[in-house]
Amino acid sequence: MDYDGANVQFLTDSSSIVLAPRFSPNGDRVLYTSFESGFPRINVLNVANVGRQQLTTAQGEMAFSPRFSRDGRSVIYSLSNGGNTDIYRTEFGSGQHVRLTSAPSIETAPSLSPDGSQIVFESDRSGTQQLYIMSANGGEARRISFGEGRYGTPVWSPRGDLVAFTKQNAGRFHIGVMRTDGSEERLLTSSFLDEGPTWSPNGRVIMFSRETQGAGGTSAMYSVDISGRNLKAVPIQGGASDPSWGPLQP
Amino acid sequence: MNMFKKLAVVLLVLATAACTNPDRFGGGAGGAGGAGGAGADGLAGSASDPASPQFFNQTIGDRVLFAVDQSTITDQGKTIHDGQAQWLMTNADYRAVIEGHADEQGTREYNLALGFRRANAVREYLVSRGVPASRLEVTSFGKERPIEVCSNETCYAQNRRAVTVLSFSAITS
Repeated sequence: MDYDGANVQFLTDSSSIVLAPRFSPNGDRVLYTSFESGFPRINVLNVANVGRQQLTTAQGEMAFSPRFSRDGRSVIYSLSNGGNTDIYRTEFGSGQHVRLTSAPSIETAPSLSPDGSQIVFESDRSGTQQLYIMSANGGEARRISFGEGRYGTPVWSPRGDLVAFTKQNAGRFHIGVMRTDGSEERLLTSSFLDEGPTWSPNGRVIMFSRETQGAGGTSAMYSVDISGRNLKAVPIQGGASDPSWGPLQP
Repeated sequence: MNMFKKLAVVLLVLATAACTNPDRFGGGAGGAGGAGGAGADGLAGSASDPASPQFFNQTIGDRVLFAVDQSTITDQGKTIHDGQAQWLMTNADYRAVIEGHADEQGTREYNLALGFRRANAVREYLVSRGVPASRLEVTSFGKERPIEVCSNETCYAQNRRAVTVLSFSAITS
């Protein structure tokens, strides 16, 4: 659909749960998590002909939370085995897999820096969900979130200077941004449940999902400027969640 | 602004926690079938017949609950799993998929991983009680398949669960 909610096109049907779609850098493909088999797996969907194919990941019981590399040639994602979830990379061409983290904790929601050299991700290795940055080839990670509460779903900004995230604290959810060294944290929103930020290509606007409370709770998409101003609902018919903002089109 | 207007956004309008119908999950994961729908749906039997899936689901109990953000099996959970393990060893024609779930208080990816941790904790316990690991599989639905839909602890407590879903060995390849 367009960023203003117009021209919605359905890419999948409702035969199984699908989650968290992610555009490729040039917008030709979409990665998403599918429960078609009863076990979460990553599918690659060709936007032009809506053809889809399951990604052959490294050996694991569940694969989810995929994102394309900046050149579109590989996928970083989470893979679960024996109760443990770590981050992996798989190359489309060679089919080669690389394991990027190997902690007994949950490592998920990886997002690459614009130059492709680093990955920001979330981990509960400290006991609660926090944000970390490591080299795109794995290795030592440094923690960047130190405020109160839990931090998840980090997304590196297109300009490279900021990381957008979901924060949970004192029973509320927030969408926020911080610099890549963890400084200058700013919360842009606050509600019963906000999550899953995605950046506009120019890095000035963030779109996210907001769910309302209660049995009749609904999910809708909102956008907010990174100044924290101009919060507004994206007008779409029906519920929606997990936006992924595609590239500028020629 | 024309360029800007052509931005595309992928939507998940389907099947996610997005709709307002309280029956959106087809009556929940009650009875013999789990949220995956690939479980023991249609497996017949009476709850009074100890060899029936109904007995497993209702008399022994097919699910256990967890504390917030935890995957440790409670004492009550152990009692249920002792019964499940015994049943599975007596009824060797059955396999099981253990489905882990989380409540809605958490981000999507983390909750998938947390549900997986819970399912795996159940698997490890059943294996420690003698059930062959080859007959058990684990999966997680994160927060995508709540059985109770409200925004307070009454519902959250029911949603933080692991459900052992039976199937015939012959059916599952």
